[in-house]
Amino acid sequence: MHDEAHQAPPLENGLAINVHGLSKSFGERTVVDNFEMQVEQGEIYGFLGPNGSGKTTTIRLLCGLLTPDSGDGTCLGYNILTQSRQIKRQVGYMTQKFSLYGDLSIRENLDFVARVYELPDRINAVNDTLRKLNLTGRAEQLAGTLSGGWKQRLALASCIMHRPRLLLLDEPTAGVDPKARREFWDEIHMLANDGLTVLVSTHYMDEAERCHKICYLAYGKLLARGTVEEVIAQSGLTTWTVTGPNHKRMMRLAHDLTGRHGIDMVAPFGATLHISGEDGAALEQAISSYRNDPDLSWSKSAPTLEDVFISMMNDAPDNFK
Amino acid sequence: MTLSGINIRRLIALINKEFIQMRRDRLTFAMMIGVPIMQLLLFGYAINSDPKQLPTAVYSQDNSTYARSFVSAMHNSDYFNIASEPKTQEEADELIRRGKVQFLIQIPPNFSRDLVRGERPKLLLDADATDPSATGNAISAINVLVGSAFNHDLTGPLSHLRQNQAPVELVIHRRYNADGRSQYNIVPGLIGIILTMTMVMFTALAVTREIERGTMENLLTMPVKPIEVMIGKIIPYIFVAYVQTALVLIAAVSLFGVPFNGSLLIFSLALFVFVIANLSVGYTFSTLAQNQLQAMQMTFFFFLPSILLSGFMFPFSGMPTWAQWIGDALPLTHFLRIVRGIMLKGNGLSDITTELTAMAIFTVIAVFLALSRFRQTLD
Repeated sequence: MHDEAHQAPPLENGLAINVHGLSKSFGERTVVDNFEMQVEQGEIYGFLGPNGSGKTTTIRLLCGLLTPDSGDGTCLGYNILTQSRQIKRQVGYMTQKFSLYGDLSIRENLDFVARVYELPDRINAVNDTLRKLNLTGRAEQLAGTLSGGWKQRLALASCIMHRPRLLLLDEPTAGVDPKARREFWDEIHMLANDGLTVLVSTHYMDEAERCHKICYLAYGKLLARGTVEEVIAQSGLTTWTVTGPNHKRMMRLAHDLTGRHGIDMVAPFGATLHISGEDGAALEQAISSYRNDPDLSWSKSAPTLEDVFISMMNDAPDNFK
Repeated sequence: MTLSGINIRRLIALINKEFIQMRRDRLTFAMMIGVPIMQLLLFGYAINSDPKQLPTAVYSQDNSTYARSFVSAMHNSDYFNIASEPKTQEEADELIRRGKVQFLIQIPPNFSRDLVRGERPKLLLDADATDPSATGNAISAINVLVGSAFNHDLTGPLSHLRQNQAPVELVIHRRYNADGRSQYNIVPGLIGIILTMTMVMFTALAVTREIERGTMENLLTMPVKPIEVMIGKIIPYIFVAYVQTALVLIAAVSLFGVPFNGSLLIFSLALFVFVIANLSVGYTFSTLAQNQLQAMQMTFFFFLPSILLSGFMFPFSGMPTWAQWIGDALPLTHFLRIVRGIMLKGNGLSDITTELTAMAIFTVIAVFLALSRFRQTLD
């Protein structure tokens, strides 16, 4: 492993991931369509998109689990088409589903991974990892009996044990409680500080906001990318927030507004509505008759990332239809 | 719509769901149809518990009308198929030792002279009794034959020889299993059966389980090669196979008194080839099956003809030619012959070359298939 690491080719323009024209179809269905991605070294890159938008497939293409139909590029300076063996050695991939051995203990799982990666001083590497994760006390517990949060920590531990240069995390925090999620992200930031590049797919907006950069994928196509602020600005979306006396009143208002010209989206948050539209003037026109209602307090606000994504999703053609 | 607490609508919902799932799992559906048809065909057409046309060698040292009459009477009985006529005693012995023939009939010199003189010459029948069920009926038939086969020739002044006892004395020599004990046949055969079942199933399940639980995805992202995954899956089961075999062998010898006449080393070598063959079949199944249930079903589909057409349950020589072809393609058929040959007949390496080669060819094909089916990606 270490020999290969020394011979690692230089990164192109400091990019850990640099791919273009990536496509992959399964049968008739194009899951990834002419995809392009540039991720700088040391960056935490958020990968967002609705279910079935091709995030998992893209991650699998990047680490050589799938062969692209077309396109090319490099991952850690290695060609993704021809050097997937080298890529695998320096990538840590955390699958969406827990994929360590449930019938092996925590220690046995880590020991297996350490052996496969031919880690020097294996026993210490395993012990260090156990200590770092506060798992020493439960080292002999079977991995299958761990709770969701611990499983996820173990999975992360097993994919960073060989000191990869790139982490691919496929919805790592799905089904994990907020505290464990927070700790997980703190860990990710610490790793990135040390120069590790992280590509993480997620459905959580708060997680997206913790990324250095994000991109949004829907039905195989890249719809937006940049920092969170850039993506919001690029969307051209105008959002009004309206707060009223009670949720019943607001539901009625939501019902009245939905579908009007200029209003693309109405989303209730308790007794508050987020009303968004791409055409700011038309949106203001649409709500003008309600602006003077004394029960309602209106304010123009920046759209949230969620507003932006839902609006993009509504616009994107679903290739199942 | 309730019947002692059972709600019919809910019940119909459950039944309907079950049928939909059954239809979705194509392989299970095919098995439901395929297995009964396969069993019907095999039991109906291939299996014959009263085997006829058994390969027989005639070593005749007396070329006379009487000898020829007897041979043709044997042939007409339908139990014996005169497959070869060796010219020397050694050649005759080798045929039966290698299992090329089931019976060897020896007609001594001066057979006709002694017969005519009323001296009741001896007719020697050597039976390969490793499988007593294959020889039983044929031996009964030949016992009847000796009484009547010469009637046609013994006319006129010789007709008195037709009286009382048979004009010849039939000496039956049950080789390799003098007492006709079925354990001698079944217990060594069980080694092959147990291994076929467990080896194919274990590997098929072991790999499918990795795919089903998602651990294969993790494994594929690590720097392991397909060949490493395959060998890593297979080697533990080779150990299991040797332990299983040792257990059966110890039981065979100590509990059932089955002899072990050949070399343990040659036996171990043949065992190795056989185990690899089965593990490769299991590995190939695992690359085809989508879940553990399918892997189990495929194992069953392989196991069924193996147990029925290999000569384990029913005599191989009693099967029709097409069934023998299928049987010959299966590694268990050859392994059974090797095991019986080594344990009961004391066969050496040269005696089992043919069977070993056949098994090795199967193994090479199975290994190649297993390797070519393994995917390094999830494509």
